[in-house]
Amino acid sequence: MAATTAPPAPARAEPGAAPQEAEDRGTSRLLLVLGVVAVWILVWAFTKGQDTLTLSGRERTPVMDDLGAFRDSVLASRDSNPLIQLTYGVGEAFVAAIDWLQRMVSIPDFPRPVPQIGWLGVTAVATFVGYAIANWRIALLVLASFLSFGAFGYWSEAMDLLLVTFVAVGLSVVIGMPLAVLIAYRRRAETVFTNLLDLMQTMPTFVYLLPIVLFFGIGASTAVVCTLIYALPPLIRIAGHGIKSVSASTLEATDSAGQTFWQRLTKVQLPMARKTIVVGVNQTTMAALSMATIASFVDGPGLGKPVLSALVKSDVGGAVVPGLLIVLMAVMLDRATTAASERGELVARGHGPDPRVHRVVLGAGLVLAAVAVYVSRLYPWAAEFPGTPLRDTAASWSDATVAWFTDTFGGVAGGLADAVSYGLLNPMQALLAESPWWLAGSALVAISAVAGGVRAAVAALVCLGGLRFLGLWHDSMITLTMTLVATLMVMVLALVLGVWMARRSSVDLVLRPLLDMGQTIPPFVYLIPVLALFGPTRFTAIVAGVIYAAPAAIKLVADGVKGVSQGTLEASRSTGATTWQEITKVQLPMAKGSLVLAANQGLLYVLAMAVIGGMVGAGALGYDVVLGFSRSEEWGKGAAAGLSIVLLGIMLDRVMRAAAHHTH
Amino acid sequence: MSQTLDPTVDPSTAAVGDARDAGVSVRNLWKIFGPRADKVLGTPDAELSRKELKAKTGCVVGVKDVSFDVAPGEVFVVMGLSGSGKSTLVRCLTRLIEPTSGTVLIDGRDVTAASESELRDLRRNHASMVFQHFGLLPHRQVIDNVAYGLEIRGVPKRERRAKAAEVVDLVGLTGYEKSYPDQLSGGMQQRVGLARALAGDPSLLLFDEPFSALDPLIRRDMQNEVIRLHHELGKTMVFITHDLQEALKLGDRILIMRDGEVVQIGTPDEVVGAPADDYVKDFTSEVPRSHVLTLKWVMRDPRPGDSTEGPVMPCDTVVRKAAQAALASEHPVRVVDDAGNVIGIVDDDAILRVVVAEEESH
Repeated sequence: MAATTAPPAPARAEPGAAPQEAEDRGTSRLLLVLGVVAVWILVWAFTKGQDTLTLSGRERTPVMDDLGAFRDSVLASRDSNPLIQLTYGVGEAFVAAIDWLQRMVSIPDFPRPVPQIGWLGVTAVATFVGYAIANWRIALLVLASFLSFGAFGYWSEAMDLLLVTFVAVGLSVVIGMPLAVLIAYRRRAETVFTNLLDLMQTMPTFVYLLPIVLFFGIGASTAVVCTLIYALPPLIRIAGHGIKSVSASTLEATDSAGQTFWQRLTKVQLPMARKTIVVGVNQTTMAALSMATIASFVDGPGLGKPVLSALVKSDVGGAVVPGLLIVLMAVMLDRATTAASERGELVARGHGPDPRVHRVVLGAGLVLAAVAVYVSRLYPWAAEFPGTPLRDTAASWSDATVAWFTDTFGGVAGGLADAVSYGLLNPMQALLAESPWWLAGSALVAISAVAGGVRAAVAALVCLGGLRFLGLWHDSMITLTMTLVATLMVMVLALVLGVWMARRSSVDLVLRPLLDMGQTIPPFVYLIPVLALFGPTRFTAIVAGVIYAAPAAIKLVADGVKGVSQGTLEASRSTGATTWQEITKVQLPMAKGSLVLAANQGLLYVLAMAVIGGMVGAGALGYDVVLGFSRSEEWGKGAAAGLSIVLLGIMLDRVMRAAAHHTH
Repeated sequence: MSQTLDPTVDPSTAAVGDARDAGVSVRNLWKIFGPRADKVLGTPDAELSRKELKAKTGCVVGVKDVSFDVAPGEVFVVMGLSGSGKSTLVRCLTRLIEPTSGTVLIDGRDVTAASESELRDLRRNHASMVFQHFGLLPHRQVIDNVAYGLEIRGVPKRERRAKAAEVVDLVGLTGYEKSYPDQLSGGMQQRVGLARALAGDPSLLLFDEPFSALDPLIRRDMQNEVIRLHHELGKTMVFITHDLQEALKLGDRILIMRDGEVVQIGTPDEVVGAPADDYVKDFTSEVPRSHVLTLKWVMRDPRPGDSTEGPVMPCDTVVRKAAQAALASEHPVRVVDDAGNVIGIVDDDAILRVVVAEEESH
């Protein structure tokens, strides 16, 4: 998933502000926070281990039992409750649609021993589509990708993942475009939707799954629904923005010619916003792919399944190949949609291929694709991928690579893990999680109050109260520790690399494509290499979170620092500032808005990953959620954990925003 | 000069009698922006100045009780500084901005009472507009931009392209049909805007500061283009500008606006020769008067002893054009009206007073 938020303009110094005083205020605030922490440690020394509200493995609180009872009553009312009947109906429709598509391309359609259309036909059609919407390079990429899916032995899983992704993207367009038009036209709808979409994006993806499972059952229907929910916001946001940004003077000029509402929409607004809309589709596709992978947790079909089952067994080698195929698919989808958005413009300008040649090639391609489909229905070799030539080679190769990787970098990684664990993670966790709940809670509220004023304190109080109520206090504190440590690491990386990128365009040139690529890869895949290095520990989740969050944060910082006006920099240089002074006194303070945004995004990404990491040894809330999926009697605990994650996310987000606002 | 002022010219009724015959007829038009703007009308608040009203009600007056008529085939210029309400006024004519009250008739149709579909019909067939920032469709070639108005009327592709090609030729864009707007210079883009407005063959053309965004030289070319098109096509035009030179050059009559109100309506020589107040006077003080004023404004009444040898000139001759012949002659110029009666005398002094005063002021 890529960040869609643009960096805010660099903060402007207020004309009348007295900088000295502001600095004093900042210092005194830091001192206050340190004071709170000192008192906290002092009290902790006498009270540690008391009232930590630790729950042992299978222990449940009444709140969790209530949640479990709620779920049971929902399931029991399946035949009478119209809402559940509706969601089950919708779910069944999705299952039927996915099942029909699967029988077309990925699983045997009884009584046929093979799908209706074999690999040859599917590959030919996909390659043709690649050429039709983009160009021959994309067609080659598509061809190579599809051949790899077959050759490595993951044909049907890859097809399933594509099906879920495409169904979700198709539905996103059908549902999202009217909403995009609506928010472009109605200010009030825009406000409502922006808030709703903000909330949806604050929530870690994983949290959607539990309630959706309740209303749609596990399997393809939940996979489609949660993918749809996750993929919809970028399209609505970006397409809505695109439609709204259509030049007012053009709209007025064409209105003055007497166009109807429909003519205005289809002849002026949509064509002029076309490029932005395709960018929205690109973002939506990438989001859908990443969520469709995660949906393997609820038995969603696709390539996520082999990755997940290998990860659960700590068989990193087994996860490498399907993981790489997911990356390949992400690159293919990203390149294809991006090229499609650029192509329209080129062709319209007459820079595309000669239209007559293009038409002939298209016709020929169509015929070839049709022949391939026909052949793939007749001959077994074209129906089922002939063997899996690369599967075993790849498996042994990946095992060897993982072993080499672990041997080579394991030492360094272990050292890093130890340093962070003993230097930062363990002390923080001891303080947060081993304090009595009332101590940790009041300390957190006090720190929020100092950093962000009343608003932050109220947000912290409400969210912490919620956490206390849900009964997973101890686990929440552990997850909070991991999130804070990972965010700190993200920000260190973002500041160093971001400033470096902003100051040296050669560095930017090298790093930016890597970061872009990092953002297109579904986060799930990050777990694989990290697991190889750190084994199933909480550090795995932290590092995976850092890797997942870093690209967006680095880019935000780089763009923010680069956005600082050249004039101001020149003025500072003319006074003889050193490079260090220039960075710390001019560039970073002026890019403060971007830094805050980067930290905020970093927090939410890291939190999302800390949860996914629950299944690879991170424990705490993430583990509770996973447990809720796998054991029906633990559903209540899983739901409580999911809600706790949401509360943590909201608290961190609100306190962060309030703190940023407060310093102005 | 003031002694030559003709007191019988009342600017507001100078042109046409019956509103039904007019190309455009505007009566008591108001536009007030802001919350519950319609509540302001008819109360004493409406008489407040802009600033006071804003302070009291939060509403801003865009157009304040404006009335005027435009004769068919006339070029009517609305002039004012930015914020004077002129752009709001022209948008109220086709209800791109909904007027708060008042009536607008175009070709005798009541625009202000028109239904949605009648209004669309009016915009499609009777009144077209040219905009300051062109408002072209960037994803369409020139020819399809020009044909846009015809397209939304439902004219078949072949027919509308043929018509658009004609208009493209008319505005001098031959050869650029297949270009995209961003491949053209500003002046050429505005020619596309002009062509688009002409393609539907409307009876009324509205121009909203069409040349303000252009370089001075290109602006002059485009002004001449408008004059040429007006001669060739004879359409009624309402032209908005903040440039007095442009107003004097193009306008048959000029309406001067300030803070949403009409300050003066008159022909170019009336505006320069008899400014309604200090505001207009200040405005027109830089204008080369000999280029605008006619002999009517500098002549004196004939006296019994005047020489009858001098050249004879019609009273609407511009001073600058009359100057050479007048100064070359030993005798003063005799100014005649349409019927050929001598109505005044212009001697060298009168001519020199206009020309020399101009030299001094520069």
